[in-house]
Amino acid sequence: MHITLQHYLTVSALLFAIGLLGVIVRRNLLVIYMCIELMLNAANLALVAFSRFTNNLDGQVFVFFVITVAAAEVSVGLALIVALYRKRQTAHVEDLTMMKN
Amino acid sequence: MVIGNPFSRNPVTSAMFLVLTIASLAGLFVLLHAFFLAAVQVLVYAGAVMVLFLFVIMLLDLNAEERRKFNKFGIAGGMVSVVAILGILLASVARTPMDIQENSPLEGGPVLLGSLLFKQYLLPFEIVSLLLLVAMVGVVLLSKKDLK
Repeated sequence: MHITLQHYLTVSALLFAIGLLGVIVRRNLLVIYMCIELMLNAANLALVAFSRFTNNLDGQVFVFFVITVAAAEVSVGLALIVALYRKRQTAHVEDLTMMKN
Repeated sequence: MVIGNPFSRNPVTSAMFLVLTIASLAGLFVLLHAFFLAAVQVLVYAGAVMVLFLFVIMLLDLNAEERRKFNKFGIAGGMVSVVAILGILLASVARTPMDIQENSPLEGGPVLLGSLLFKQYLLPFEIVSLLLLVAMVGVVLLSKKDLK
């Protein structure tokens, strides 16, 4: 079977949907963070597939930047989670409603 | 192919599944002739980011996560929205033209990507380096003992 662009895009869409479902359903901050990483990876896969199939290297450069920014984002976000945990002793989003009311 | 399981109770299991997903994505990158990006994916994600995640999981001791009831209404609403978005994405995928040739001579090796990165994309490259510096300073400041 010949693998076309559509197969890669379908896998990417499925990965994105799984990540989105995790972000919506799960209540643990760390797991939500991992699901965000999953969504970023899905976008990366779509970009690389387009870059391959349109004979253009710009998409891969963009994926490189996305990976860099994601690494920075993960480090800052995890530092925030650790600081939050130190203050509130929890990592569940349902316990973090101090801005409500 | 078992890709991605965000639904296990244990966060460590979720992290391990994420490592599996990232490794298989690196394999897909190799299939797409993006060799440099596959190497970067393995090094940065499976190496650095996942070690960071596992370290924080161990640090926070989320292993003994108590069994909370999932919000039924939230799960239903989330399912509906996710299925809707997945339908939109797949419908748009089904409309992409099929006649694009795959055997293009393009190879995403480090030489080609590096020359592109240092010539055409020099300014974003420097901005990203600045962003990394800012993130590093921010993390050091955030993890100080007394947060003002």
